[in-house]
Parts: sequence; structure tokens; C-alpha cells
Amino acid sequence: MTTPQPPEADGDVLVRVESLVKYFPVKGAGLVARTVGHVQAVDGVSLTIPRGKTLGLVGETGCGKSTLARCIAGLIPATSGQVIFDGTDLTRLNRRAMRPFRREIQMIFQDPYGSLNPRRRVGSIIGDPFAVHKTATGNERKKAVQEMMERVGLNPEHYNRFPAEFSGGQRQRIGLARALALRPKLIIADEPVSALDVSIQAQILNLLADLQQDFGLSFLFIAHDLEVVRHVSDQVLVMYLGRVAEQGPKDPVYDTPRHPYTAALLSAAPAADPDAAAARQRIILTGDVPSPINPPAGCRFHPRCPKAQELCSQQDPPLESKAGDPPTHLTACHFPIQPHEDLTTSTVGSRAGLGTSTGSDSFGGGTA
Amino acid sequence: MSLLEVRDLRVSFPTADGVVRAVRGVSFSVDAGRTIGIVGESGSGKTVLTQTLLGLTPGGEVSGSAVFDGTDLIGLPEEQLRRIRGAQIAVIFQDPLTSLHPLYRVGWQIAEMVRAHDKSVSKAAAAERAVELLARVGIPQPRQRARDYPHQFSGGMRQRAMIAMALSLEPKMIIADEPTTALDATVQAQILDLLLRLQQDSGTALIMITHDLGVVADIADDVMVMYAGRAAEMAAKRDIFYQPHHPYTKGLLESIPNSSAGAGRLRPITGQPPSLINVPPGCAFHPRCAYVMDKCLTDEPGLIPVAQDAYHRSACWLPVTAAGLSEQAEEARRRTVGEGRHEAAAKIAEAIAESPEAEGSVIA
Repeated sequence: MTTPQPPEADGDVLVRVESLVKYFPVKGAGLVARTVGHVQAVDGVSLTIPRGKTLGLVGETGCGKSTLARCIAGLIPATSGQVIFDGTDLTRLNRRAMRPFRREIQMIFQDPYGSLNPRRRVGSIIGDPFAVHKTATGNERKKAVQEMMERVGLNPEHYNRFPAEFSGGQRQRIGLARALALRPKLIIADEPVSALDVSIQAQILNLLADLQQDFGLSFLFIAHDLEVVRHVSDQVLVMYLGRVAEQGPKDPVYDTPRHPYTAALLSAAPAADPDAAAARQRIILTGDVPSPINPPAGCRFHPRCPKAQELCSQQDPPLESKAGDPPTHLTACHFPIQPHEDLTTSTVGSRAGLGTSTGSDSFGGGTA
Repeated sequence: MSLLEVRDLRVSFPTADGVVRAVRGVSFSVDAGRTIGIVGESGSGKTVLTQTLLGLTPGGEVSGSAVFDGTDLIGLPEEQLRRIRGAQIAVIFQDPLTSLHPLYRVGWQIAEMVRAHDKSVSKAAAAERAVELLARVGIPQPRQRARDYPHQFSGGMRQRAMIAMALSLEPKMIIADEPTTALDATVQAQILDLLLRLQQDSGTALIMITHDLGVVADIADDVMVMYAGRAAEMAAKRDIFYQPHHPYTKGLLESIPNSSAGAGRLRPITGQPPSLINVPPGCAFHPRCAYVMDKCLTDEPGLIPVAQDAYHRSACWLPVTAAGLSEQAEEARRRTVGEGRHEAAAKIAEAIAESPEAEGSVIA
């Protein structure tokens, strides 16, 4: 799959991912387990993360967004493709050569408690990166850790406490302090606020914005909450079944989505505004996301797409800029949404006439 | 007479660390055919509240009353409660996979539900009813699908199966506890639509427990906002969103990233929800409240009507004119705080303003 790159000077780009593919083998039963298929978790994704900016990654469960993030972080090897970080292709590096880059790329996770060792003190958890990379020892390390704790809004006097003594929001701050300890250039945040209550979520989002500015960080921000992604991102990328459905600067993608999947996703997200909710026309998709082991032929979205035609099941649509869009706004669709087109009049059930969940074909794959 | 009348319900759990006062005097009512959304953060008591109605909080010390269709559910013998639970009040939980037995076929489990409450139904008739119900909740090829095991269903289909089970005995009321939280946005939209449509068809009352204000904005008629085991504010849906009176409600609304508000900074509520073992004296929200006054430290406000329609009520000492997001409302809040805040409250306000999360939202 060839993908046109957004025309950008490479100096502004921290990470450039080219045609990244990650397949996981599916083993059959039996004594000698043979590979009987592949989960096509990520299938030819290209993206760029500009320096000091945030790329938001959106998609439903199983679309491959976490796998993509782990490939970029070098936690799992890619099947093919390139991850060019600051001019170096990380996929070609061996463990030793990769080591300096591990400092530059840090991850924070959804469940802050699950990513903190419950039997170790917070000071020692945050001090780990210094120990692993041998950059500071003894009192120097303690001082660096306490500075970092203060920076993320934790009380430095709590240096000797255990993770269990902190609340969910504070634990996410601990995870952040640890991620920032070595002054990375890129933070990959995989659903960092999904497990938090809204009032706490807002605290963490503000903190992330401050840290981005102070440290000049780039973020790859993965979340299923579209309003959160819109709030934090400069660019967004919508994934569906391992492929990019649509990508571009956030405002055009949110305001005038061209891919029917993006439009459906946006219309499905509940807005905390009753009048807007009542006025909004929902595009209710039928069925579930098919299995990535046997993805549908052609456009992977076609079995659920309200606009699908015969061509969609035969030919894979290229990711390209559609007429009228800025060159950085790319859509992979044969029949992109036209301005003022109303998808809710399509045959798929809307709120008034639901009960048309007859997408039996699309159910099949998901449960295979 | 409402279908459900809850009066001054209190639930506490004795633990080794002290008494957890999970629900501290909540009253509300639900009419047939209406949807009430109960909103609150973790530990606000919203789940304990509804589970107590069903007798599902063993070990809890319960007082108050909950009259459902003429019968007080609190203190009802287990035998009688069993007849109401499932048959007249059905529950849908967040995680459908743990609510379905993994080793039995989905259709069998629904049929079993029917037969558990009415032995006169034959096995064949119950199985047929299960297929009908699966069709009604939009499961394609319901006859084949009834023979599947839960793991063969996707998350959305499992939640549909749970809804089918909840509907099997035509209950008068459904309690849905975060039914769509585990689901993706497009599937969540399917399930909310389904719930709404089924409710309109059958006139069932629906209690929707959620932390997601978006879900409430979408399907609720009335909303109760809970904080630390009590109702902070109660109103028709539009009033909660457009005329919020309680600073906690206002804080929740301002915490949500919203495209119409632009990409500015969010205004989070400072601090953390309190422990239910040591609930702060006075108004439980005062240690986090930007509008804290002296009175709030000692006197716990009750629910007071804030509008002509007596339904909009708020447990806050701010005047009625402080309802809403307008400048006049903010002016009313500032004026009251200016008069009501002296040394004690000023100290707390200072602490809030100095906390790392504060965004200049506290009145100095």
C-alpha cells in the first residue's frame, strides 16, 4: 500500500512511521502447532508525529492502535515497515543499539496501578529509570526524583509511600513522573485518562499540556474518548481494523469528516449537552468490528458502511487527499462524504427507525 | 404515586478501618416510563444505592424505605424479594461476560430465567421465548445464536443478551448500572438506542447509573448527581446541564473537554473525593469547593428547591439566583461568598487555590 506523505520538512518531524505492518501468528491445535493464520493487527500504517505536538490515535477495540503504539515504542518487533525516530530507523537496531532510544521514548498506561509495583516505594519506582540508565545515584537521584514529583503535582514528602496509598489520579502522576525522569522526546500515552473520574481526568489533561510545553514533548495520545482526543491533539488519525481510515489536522477531521467510519464514530460519541444530543443525527452502524484474522476484502469497513457499493468490496481504497481538502487531510474511501451529505438517511437504522440490525454478514466474522 | 419511592435511604458497612457510610440519606422517586440518570464519580454511592434496593448489599446496615409498587423493599424477607427481583425489577450490569455463565448456552440461560420465575412454562416454550427475546434485542439469526456460548458473542451482543434476559419477565423497572461503559462508542450508541426504544415500547421505568454525563444527556429524563453518598443536585435533564446550581455539578460540567468550549484549559475540580469513612463535616464537598463559606464547614445543607418547579433541588448554601452558568449567576455566587466567607473558610479557599490542580478558579 502506498501512502502519500503530508508535505512537511523532516526537521519538524520527530517520528515518521512508514508502511508499518504487524502480524501475529495464529497457531493451530495439535502437538506441533502450525501457524494457521495471522491476526493482521496493523496493516500498512504510515504516520508522522511532529516535534512538540500531539498526534491523537482513535479507533475501537481491536483496531490495532495499541499494537501500533508498542511497535513504535520498540516493545514488540514490527513485521515490516519502518519507524524513523529522529532520523534513525528503529526497526533495524539490535538491542544494544536500541538502548539510547529507549530513553527518548516513554509510555504511560491506562491502569496506573497495574503499571506500578505495589511492593516498592514510590521514590524507588520513579528513580528506576535513573538506575537502569545509570544517570544518577544516591542523593542526586533522590533529589531528581523529588523534583520530578513536585513537577507532576505530587508531594515530595511522599517519597517513601507505597502506590496503594495514592488515589487513581495520583498514581497516574507517578507514572508520568517515571516516564519523564529521563527527559524523553516522545511520550506514548495509551488511554491515560480512561480509568479516571472526570474531575480527576481534567487535572491530568491540564498537567499533560503543561509538561508538553515545558519539556517540548511530542505525544502519541491514544484514547477512545473523542472529545478528549480533540482537546489534546494537533493531528488525529482514525484507525479501523489495522488500517488508517482518515488522518489530518484535528479540526477538518472532526468538523468535516470524509470517511463514513469517522462520521459514524463522531456521531456515536455522546456529548454532554442534551440539546446537541437531541438535535444530532446518529449514524448507527450495524454489527461489530470483523475479525482481523479474516478481514473483509477491499475496503475493510465495507460490510458496515452505509455508503458501500460493489467497488468497495473489490478494491482497497488508497489513502489520499480528497478534492477540497487540505493536502494533509487524507481519507481512504472510494466514496467520501460530500459536504452537507446526510448519512442518516441511508438504509442503516437511525434513532427513529432502529431495529434494522440485519447486518448478519458483519456479525459472522467477529465471532469466528 | 410513583412506581418507586425511596425515602431517606442510608447504607453503611462496618469495616476494620471504621464504618463506611456509603449512602447517607438519599430520597428520590421514579415514575413508570421515565428514565432517571444517577451520576457520580467512583465512591459516590450510586451503585450501593441501587443494589440495596435489590437486597444485594449483604453486611450493610440499611435504614429508610424504598416503596416499589406498594411494597417496601427494605427489610423484605429474601423469599419475597426473590419474586420481585428479576420479575419486576431487572438489572443490567457493566460487564456482561461476568454476568453470563460461560458453560451454558445463551438461549438456555434466558429460558432458565423465564422458568425460574414461572414453573408452569414448559421448557420448549421457554426456549422459544428466548429466541423471540434475542430477536427483539436485534441479534441476527436468533435461533442459531441462542445455541451459542457467551464467549462466541461479541461485547455488544453479550450486552444485548443481558438486555434480553432483563426483558424476559416484562419488568416494571430496569436498573442499568454502567451498561455501556465497557463498550466502544459505535456499539454504545447501538445499545443506548435499543434501551430507549424498548423502554418506549413497554413503558418500563429505567434507572441509569453512569459516570458519563454524555450518556445522561442522551437518554435521561431526570438526573440525580451524587457526591459522597448524598444527592448533591436533582433536576430535569436540561436544568442539570444548563442551570446547574451545586458547585459540584458545575465543576463536573466544566471538567469535560467540549469542542464548543474550544481548546482552552480545562477547569478541573481540585483535590479528591473524600473517604466515606471520614466524610468531611458540614457539606461533604467543602474541601474542594471554590465557593466555600463558613457555614459550609459546620452545617450540612439539605436539598432545597432552586426553581419555581420544585423538582430542581440542590444541596448547597448558595442562593437560588446562583443557578446557571451565566455571568449573573457567577455574580450572585461571588456576592454570597463575599458575605459568607470569614477566617475559617478563607483558609480552606486558600488551600484550594494553592493546590497544584487549581486554575485560578477560586475566588480570592
